[in-house]
Amino acid sequence: MSRLSHTLRLGLKELTSLRHDSVLLLFLLYAFSVAIYMPAAGSVIGVHNASVAVVDEDHGAISRKLAESLQPPEFQPAVALPADRLDQAMDSGQYTFVINVPVNFQADLLAGRSPELQVNVDATAMSQAFMGAGYIGRIFERELLEYAGRSTSSPALLNPKALFNPNLEGGWFLAVIQIVNNITILAIILTGTALLREREHGTLDHLLVLPLTALEIMLAKIASNALVVVACTWISLEVVVKGALGVPLAGSMGLFLGVTALYLFASTALGIFLATLARSTPQFGLLAIPVIIPMLLLSGGSTPLDSMPQWLQWVMQGSPSTHFVSLGAAILFRDAGLSVVWPDVAALAAIGLVFFGVALARFRRSLAA
Amino acid sequence: MNAATALQADDVSHCYGDLQALHPLAFSLPAGTRCGLIGPDGAGKSTLLGLIAGVKRLQQGELQVLGGSIRQRRHRTALYPKVAFMPQGLGNNLYPELSIRENIRFFATLFGLGRAECEQRMASLLRATDLERFGERPAGKLSGGMKQKLGLCCALIHEPDLLILDEPTTGVDPLSRRRFWELVEQVRAQRPQLTLLVATAYMEEAEQFEHCLMLDAGRLLAAGLSRELAATTPSGKLDDAFTHFQGAGREQPEPLRIPPRQVDDGPIAIEAHDLTLRFGDFTAVNKVSFAIGRGEIFGFLGSNGCGKTTTMKVLTGLMPASEGSASLLGRPVDAGDLATRKRVGFMSQSYSLYGELSARQNLELHARLFDLAKADSAPRIAELIERFDLGAIADQPSGALPLGLRQRLSLAVAVLHRPEVLILDEPTSGVDPAARDDFWRLLVELSREQGVTIFLSTHFMNEALRCDRISLMHAGRVLACDTPHALQIQFGGDTLEDAFVRCLEQAQDAPNQAQADATLEQAAAPAPALRQAFSLRRLLAVASREGKELLRDKVRLAFALAGALFMMVIFGYGISLDVEDLAFAVYDQDQSPQSRAYLEAFRGSRYFAERPPIRDARQLHQRLQRSEIKLALEIPPGFGRDLHAGRQPVVAAWLDGGMPFRAETSRNYVEAVHQANLEQLAALGPNPVSRQQPVRLETRFRYNQDVVSVNAIGPGVMALILAFIPAMLTALGIVREKELGSITNFYATPLTRLEFLLGKQAPYLAVSLVNLALLVAMNRWLFGVPLKGSPLALACGGLAYLLATTSLGLLISAFTRTQIAAILGTLIITSLPTIQFSGLIVPRSSLEGAAALMGQLFPAGYFLDIAVGTFTKALGLHELWPQCLALLGFFAAFTGLSLIMLKKQEA
Repeated sequence: MSRLSHTLRLGLKELTSLRHDSVLLLFLLYAFSVAIYMPAAGSVIGVHNASVAVVDEDHGAISRKLAESLQPPEFQPAVALPADRLDQAMDSGQYTFVINVPVNFQADLLAGRSPELQVNVDATAMSQAFMGAGYIGRIFERELLEYAGRSTSSPALLNPKALFNPNLEGGWFLAVIQIVNNITILAIILTGTALLREREHGTLDHLLVLPLTALEIMLAKIASNALVVVACTWISLEVVVKGALGVPLAGSMGLFLGVTALYLFASTALGIFLATLARSTPQFGLLAIPVIIPMLLLSGGSTPLDSMPQWLQWVMQGSPSTHFVSLGAAILFRDAGLSVVWPDVAALAAIGLVFFGVALARFRRSLAA
Repeated sequence: MNAATALQADDVSHCYGDLQALHPLAFSLPAGTRCGLIGPDGAGKSTLLGLIAGVKRLQQGELQVLGGSIRQRRHRTALYPKVAFMPQGLGNNLYPELSIRENIRFFATLFGLGRAECEQRMASLLRATDLERFGERPAGKLSGGMKQKLGLCCALIHEPDLLILDEPTTGVDPLSRRRFWELVEQVRAQRPQLTLLVATAYMEEAEQFEHCLMLDAGRLLAAGLSRELAATTPSGKLDDAFTHFQGAGREQPEPLRIPPRQVDDGPIAIEAHDLTLRFGDFTAVNKVSFAIGRGEIFGFLGSNGCGKTTTMKVLTGLMPASEGSASLLGRPVDAGDLATRKRVGFMSQSYSLYGELSARQNLELHARLFDLAKADSAPRIAELIERFDLGAIADQPSGALPLGLRQRLSLAVAVLHRPEVLILDEPTSGVDPAARDDFWRLLVELSREQGVTIFLSTHFMNEALRCDRISLMHAGRVLACDTPHALQIQFGGDTLEDAFVRCLEQAQDAPNQAQADATLEQAAAPAPALRQAFSLRRLLAVASREGKELLRDKVRLAFALAGALFMMVIFGYGISLDVEDLAFAVYDQDQSPQSRAYLEAFRGSRYFAERPPIRDARQLHQRLQRSEIKLALEIPPGFGRDLHAGRQPVVAAWLDGGMPFRAETSRNYVEAVHQANLEQLAALGPNPVSRQQPVRLETRFRYNQDVVSVNAIGPGVMALILAFIPAMLTALGIVREKELGSITNFYATPLTRLEFLLGKQAPYLAVSLVNLALLVAMNRWLFGVPLKGSPLALACGGLAYLLATTSLGLLISAFTRTQIAAILGTLIITSLPTIQFSGLIVPRSSLEGAAALMGQLFPAGYFLDIAVGTFTKALGLHELWPQCLALLGFFAAFTGLSLIMLKKQEA
């Protein structure tokens, strides 16, 4: 009982310290507002605003019609390009797609000679190349069938419907991913550097001669950090995500915040663990990069988890961010309840406990040295 | 003013924000004299010295130094070679990784000394300071006294006319202290024009100097000849004179009296037996034994770093002893024994209470932590506030209180739980004499009236005299232990300090004769006045120093290189935008041959992997919700029949919109398969027509024919990694010097801002270039990405990019004030534009508005073009020069901004 009250007291004290650190508060403010709004508002999913040029060697009505068929928001208005500039324009990455309409295209088409229509795709534009080529193919096919006066009616229609995000708004998900990313950065860096600073400045000693255990000190740090970040997350979801960005969050806010607290438990413990590995702040900074950046990029939030090699998928199962991203999508967008998401919650708790245990053991040992 | 005046201050004042550190003051000091500056911590001594040294920007008033106004930039530039400044703290402006000789050479190069001249002067200085034997030892591994002697060597290497020393001997043992002043006197003997200005905590030192300045709470209490100032009090001591001026008009407090201790042969409170503690091969505490009786005031006297604090930490259970035993209140010391901790009070060297909490809140917090009963704690806190005279400030934030009050509060917190033993680590360092006496009154009361055992450490002789017994400590060993009086007799000194000096000399096997005889040789020629605006030599000196530090920090180097390789491997394999084996299930409400034929196309595709079929609409929703499937294909009832009748049945493809980009990709695949299927479906329709394509659509995937992710991602990942690691390497470069104090060398030497910035950047640029080479090699040989374009363009672009990212780190370092902010800032500032807006995942040409702007305003996107262009597009410098130029532009802009942010003087 007294242990709990110690942790509570120390945690409250940490909160008071935080209130006085204006630079840090400024960072929190930025991380949970601008850094979420900006990318989400300008988010791009799939083919959007893709740059197109047309090398028109035919100058017929049909080539104009084809060029006009590529419409926003998927495509930028097609730009006419002289034939000799095709290679250079593509090399410079100025256009992702360049359509080449050959001489006599229209005549051949009307004569039923099946002329060739070339679509050049910059395949290094990974997220757009493949999808965009498919799009263009389907659009052109429809246009040409229409032009040829053939029936455009298909024997069967396909009606793609997206559940949980009907218009596939990229910003919805990106807003949540940005929150996850910022939480990750803040949790690991703040706890890690704070611990190193206390050690470098010798203020840990004061705490350690009090009748407190290493466990209480660590728990107090984690709990107070978690409380602040969870509160920021909540406000940010309500004000920035729901309010400014207008994202309808279907799921239970309470459940998501609870999961956020669990994630903070795991990631702050990871921060403490890293801090016990490094001997100075510059070392910690360099150690944190190869841990944090993969946690951000490979969590399934930026690129699909399924397309990673199997071994990497397994490795990423050990990262708390993977489970948190999956929980975020499930709870906030798919309105999944605890009965559905419990495996991820359990995994997150298990990872947190392992990190916490290792960090505590190393923390105790590093204090003794 | 005449030429013989070294310093002339009129109306000089200084503020830090709202805090008035110096109230307007005026004084003057003739050239060639010595002046002591005394006052407690926080009185404004360091501020005043910083202003005179030109390290701090003068806000108010007029200050003439060596015949010119310090306000004028031209004069400051002329002053650098004439002034030497040694900041406060033991070796704070030295570089701990560098050896003694490397440290001195660094300073010599900054002041433009030639190699031969530097070696000659260094040899002479090292001989005089007896540091010759340790020339190759890193500064970080020197004792406090040696560090200060090295600091003095570094300050004297360029033969200054004004030597400013900020508490050079605080915490240094008395023998080293004497040697230090002997050395200064030798220099003065050779350079009679040398003016000496010294801040000191030891009144005995100040008494040796002709002039004295007394500062308290930012006000100049008195200035003048030491002799005359001391004569204002009957005792003729500066100590008392200071208290006199401080309380001008106030009643003189009673002199401190310590009643003799009633020796009762009571139980032993603290006992140590052969206590030893080693850090690696360094023995911090060496076979220390002592026994402290209950109620005794026992003092540890010794220099900084002699093992006092470490011994105390062992006794409090903070550190386990390597050998030997210690017991506290009859129990062996055990870190896990929380019960003993409640019987002990501890006060650590630095103020470690919570500055943002008030005195009362601190007391209340600790009452809780020590589990004091509620009913008991309120009266106890009231009693302590009354007894320690904290009532007037009980509700102010304690961090802003003067040091003396903070120490009193720390003591109140330490005795809150009525401990039987008090362990106090240098409780009175930096406190003014009057406050020190107050503090001792409290200690005496605790010891004599309440029987509390007090174990404290100090480096003040007059405090040691007040202890019942003291032990003299040096280099981890207890040299002697007895009552102060007995020690004086034992070592035959007039004062305790003499006794300590003798004792140290005996311990060190007689004074080193060579040192006593050594004299400084006259320098051959005065140092040439160097006023170059830009000096490559100084730049190289900074670069080689930074480089040596980096090379000696193997862990940091390893993290930088291995971290990059690690990220390359996992991102190279891991970042892929292809969607394969997409989990899908069918909800076939028709179960006709037609529906099965339609679905067959999906089952055969490598993009889809089928899961068990869906039975009803509820299950469809649930399974998508659980993310067990990412796609559900719903075939309506009567699909086959409608198809046959030409009624255009509608197949619904349900996608999981929770992760939109995956849903979008999936939709594309579904549509592609559906389209391909149409021909087959048409055959099943009412009027089978040939759906021969009117046009042969040829799609050419250029640059990456197989659409292999790694070919596009690999070079892109290089841009990502080389944004983070170089920026993080440099981001701590300046801010760490700010936190640790060596930034003073930049303020106080002729080093210009550009030399400093570029010099700092050079070694990190070199490491980053190694990183670049490794990453290119990995792309080429590990991932097999063909390098089709010009390697020269890649090299040029890479160099320009690394110049830009390392200078971005320096910029962050220049405007942040703490290392935490620098690390956090680097990650927050680089991650968003690099990951989202550089074109790694979404092409930059597709970005709009703020996102596009952010992508353009960050270097990563330009290097991404270069990396992808040279690897996959067979491009060369001819096509990529605009990007290279843009990157150089970033380098110039970041460096320019850093130049603006970085001030040559402190605020």
